[in-house]
Amino acid sequence: MERHFDEELKALKEQILQMGALVEAQIANAIKSLVERDSDLARLTIQNDHKVNAMDVEIDDASVRLIARHQPMAKDLRFITTAMKISSELERMSDLAENIAERALELNEEPQLKPYIDIPRMAEHAQRMVKEALDAFVNRNVELAWKVIHDDDFIDGLTHQIFRELVSFMLEDQHTITRAIRITFISKYLERIADHATNIAELVVYLVEGKIIRHTDT
Amino acid sequence: MPTAGETAFDIQNLNCWYGDRQALFNISLSIPDRRITALIGPSGCGKSTFIRCLNRINDLIAGCRVEGQVLYKKENLYAPGIEAISIRYRIGMVFQKPNPFPKSIYDNIAYGPLIWGVKRGPQLDAIVEESLKKAAIWDEVKDKLQQNAQALSGGQQQRLCIARALAVEPEALLLDEPCSALDPIATAKIEELLLALKKTYTIVIVTHNMQQAARVSDVTGFFLLGELVEFGETGQIFTNPKDRRTEDYITGRFG
Repeated sequence: MERHFDEELKALKEQILQMGALVEAQIANAIKSLVERDSDLARLTIQNDHKVNAMDVEIDDASVRLIARHQPMAKDLRFITTAMKISSELERMSDLAENIAERALELNEEPQLKPYIDIPRMAEHAQRMVKEALDAFVNRNVELAWKVIHDDDFIDGLTHQIFRELVSFMLEDQHTITRAIRITFISKYLERIADHATNIAELVVYLVEGKIIRHTDT
Repeated sequence: MPTAGETAFDIQNLNCWYGDRQALFNISLSIPDRRITALIGPSGCGKSTFIRCLNRINDLIAGCRVEGQVLYKKENLYAPGIEAISIRYRIGMVFQKPNPFPKSIYDNIAYGPLIWGVKRGPQLDAIVEESLKKAAIWDEVKDKLQQNAQALSGGQQQRLCIARALAVEPEALLLDEPCSALDPIATAKIEELLLALKKTYTIVIVTHNMQQAARVSDVTGFFLLGELVEFGETGQIFTNPKDRRTEDYITGRFG
């Protein structure tokens, strides 16, 4: 039986997807503003964060209303609580994209330390994790969710590699320290974005299987 | 007496027929002592028939036949020689429609104990007061105990019926949709009452109101077409049911 309630749940899912698309664009623009030294784009990315914040508030509000009006049970209940949490994860990602853009603005004021190679690689990987986590949510795809969770190890490895490389720059020439630290921050922000994508993937496992896998060794 | 949470009713392969029509199919479950067990399911699923097997009130229905085992505290309720009346003293029942006797409030409560042999006087007064207090209605009726019980509101009548059931000192209470004729405030009072009573009594409640089952019960059973589809801890049933049919029913996708 098709329920009117299903329409409202579908609308909530749409809201999450729109927010997800916006956050993906925020991350892409932040990295682009760095790699292409485009400070206008960095400023635009910083400005756009409030749109994501507004969507987070809307999704929270819509979810609470659905709970109050329908007293959802079982998978409906899991869907709504998951949507609320995914919304928070996305909002945090957008904050991190904003942070990347802020560091890009600072770095763009100075000569480039070195060609960016690992940072774009890392960003690409993190963006794919975000996209796949959201795909897993939309299609209730547990297998894809687990892939995202395991992919996080690759990002963690890259973070360490970038850190070691930047330390060697700083040891060689102290004039690089400010820039190297800013780039280290950016790699940390990307690593955090991937962590949030992992959280979304874990929420998908809960949504589909009702099993909480957070804070367990996966 | 078992510890709270241990098995009070142990039911194995229970089948029930009304004439040729089979109403229950191989029901097996164990109902925990001093917990609230909710039974849910669509109309005609057998949940009321099931609860009526627990104190043999189905014996009163012509053509009703029960097979299988119902143990209450390890005692077979259907063993030969067991008197149904004595079971109903121990396992009380409250029905959907409040059904006070057309007598005074006092006499409604005193009815069971009088049959039991308690004489009119201070002892009976104490039983009446105690029972009305347990059913959380004493304060509302203490000044009009001689008034006709049928003049009370629906919610008060239902609590009176619970008090009447408690007056014969049962161990378990079976409630068959006790709130379906009541407004939300009266319903909330009954629910609060059940939560207080479960410290002392094993409670089994049949309800059409799933939120009610979710609110008050510790364990929930879902019946469908005379079968027990799923039985489990209430939190689990309402967040992550194992059976697709339970999921469909509690999310309103049925039909």
